[in-house]
Amino acid sequence: MSVVSDQTVDLREPTNWRRTKNRIATVVMWVAFVATLVPLILVLYTVVSKGIGAISWQFLSGSPIPPNIMPLGTGGMGPAVVGTLIITGFAALISIPLGVLGAVYINEYGGKGWLAKFIAFMADVMTGVPSIVMGLFIFTIWVLHFGYSGLAGSFALACLMLPIVIRSTYEMLLLVPNHLREASYALGATKSRVTLTVVLPAAVGGIVSGALLAVARAAGETAPLVLVILTVEATNTNLFSGANTALSTQIFVNAQSPYVGAEARAWGAALTLIVISFLLMIIARVVTARFTRYTR
Amino acid sequence: MSAVTKAGPATPAGSARPLAKARPLGDRAFALLALVAGLLVLVILVLIVVSTAQQSTSWFSTAGWSGIFSTVWNPATNQFGAMAFLYGTVIVSLIAIIISVPASVSIALLLTEVVPRRWAQPIVYVVDLLAVVPSVVWGLWGIIIFVPWVAPIYASIASGVHGIPVLDSLFGSPTAGASFFTAGLILAVMITPIITSLSREVIATVPQTDKEGAYALGATRWEMIRGAVWPHSQGGVVGAILVGLGRAMGETIAVALVAGSSAEVTSHLFAPGYPIAGVIVNQFPEASGEFRAALIGLGLLLFVITILVNLTARGFVERSARRMRGTS
Repeated sequence: MSVVSDQTVDLREPTNWRRTKNRIATVVMWVAFVATLVPLILVLYTVVSKGIGAISWQFLSGSPIPPNIMPLGTGGMGPAVVGTLIITGFAALISIPLGVLGAVYINEYGGKGWLAKFIAFMADVMTGVPSIVMGLFIFTIWVLHFGYSGLAGSFALACLMLPIVIRSTYEMLLLVPNHLREASYALGATKSRVTLTVVLPAAVGGIVSGALLAVARAAGETAPLVLVILTVEATNTNLFSGANTALSTQIFVNAQSPYVGAEARAWGAALTLIVISFLLMIIARVVTARFTRYTR
Repeated sequence: MSAVTKAGPATPAGSARPLAKARPLGDRAFALLALVAGLLVLVILVLIVVSTAQQSTSWFSTAGWSGIFSTVWNPATNQFGAMAFLYGTVIVSLIAIIISVPASVSIALLLTEVVPRRWAQPIVYVVDLLAVVPSVVWGLWGIIIFVPWVAPIYASIASGVHGIPVLDSLFGSPTAGASFFTAGLILAVMITPIITSLSREVIATVPQTDKEGAYALGATRWEMIRGAVWPHSQGGVVGAILVGLGRAMGETIAVALVAGSSAEVTSHLFAPGYPIAGVIVNQFPEASGEFRAALIGLGLLLFVITILVNLTARGFVERSARRMRGTS
């Protein structure tokens, strides 16, 4: 091994200095971890302590969203909650089936061909596309022609979720052992049947938890929504037409406002958003723990 | 099932011939569907370039190279120079990388080499929580809590370094709470989970035999990390850092709130700046015509930069993976 040859090799007990260096390195690693915890704890503490006062049934369901100057207690964030739920929900409805199918192509159909490899590579690259660029993209191909709508927001979020779903599904499909596929082929099943009734069910735990994590990321996504759905004060349950609003965009708007009421509503919305994201993440972990059959 | 009955007794046992000549229609339709879903990735990536390029041609053609790379950004006079924003993006993400990389790599080493396996998983969950907190919440916390808190600290650092040659131009006044450095700090926290998890994957592939070999030669753990783990995972870790860099450049909302929104090219890190993503999200809603074209053009520029960074990152990861196959 050439890799260790440049070290001074000493078969005696490590000298004090060598031990000290080792100890310093270990301490530095722990300090790095603790230092990373500090902002996390600060943010969570602030959001919970400032947001909890705003949360009430009235806040979560009340409508319309009051003007920034109004104090806490008038109106509510109902329109934003509805917007976040329907926009993220529809984005999940588009991107999860497509993402799973894409991963099925890469792993089951494309095999070792160049196209499958290229698509897998580009899906990886696509996870790096900034969310704001996705917003501009949907603005130019959709909003310019059909106007602002929740649907445009769903499209933007779906574009962001697609590569994440492909990636996580693909990794799960890789883990499904080949003998399962071979056994069902031996029974005379067609490829689509093998995929749908044997391969996908075997990997379902990992696929679901990957999809939930993608939804959690999308629910907090703000930049593309600011560009393609605008913000409104009244509840708009029609996903397909008219401007809409979401918790994340409301936080962004309120954060820039100098009024106390707007700030309080921003903290309340932030707490709601974090609770949604964390719930999705916890469900994902539970699903992984309960239903995963094959792990690395 | 149907394939079996179709084949009938005429097919000799052990024949390698396919049992059914034509695959059923449903089967072929499903294959086609999967192919279309796969191709969607490529279609979207191409459409991003085409649609944003089409909508921003008027900016590229009227401004010209000198106009695009000028530092003057004034919508009132139709002057749209991107230089200050490019500078903002580069500086802010460099600050983020410089702060985040030592921490991320340390945590990755802690998880793989120091902590026992059953403790590693809870630590991973905690670090991943950083990624679950939405960007806009970091921005909200940054602008309302962190910026007012940090502003006097910047001011006192600035007065402390006053007159010292290099430090003065980096950390001297003017200072503001919302600045390049604040944005970089918050980005550093946000990209730590991704760099940590990618580096951890790379470091986990170091062969056990290499590590045991180093220990057998009497190395301490730190010497083992330097001698066996590091040479092996260098390339992959560089890839992970580049992926983090790409994320930092594209991160929008937090930066839009805490960077200070002032289009300036200055060496003062505590002065307000304006990265590309920030200016797009702040000014797009009220933009139209040439102004909008310029913002979409900025988006295209950002897209090209992040794609290049990501492609380079994947290249590094691929290369180190290939070398690993060679040695093990």
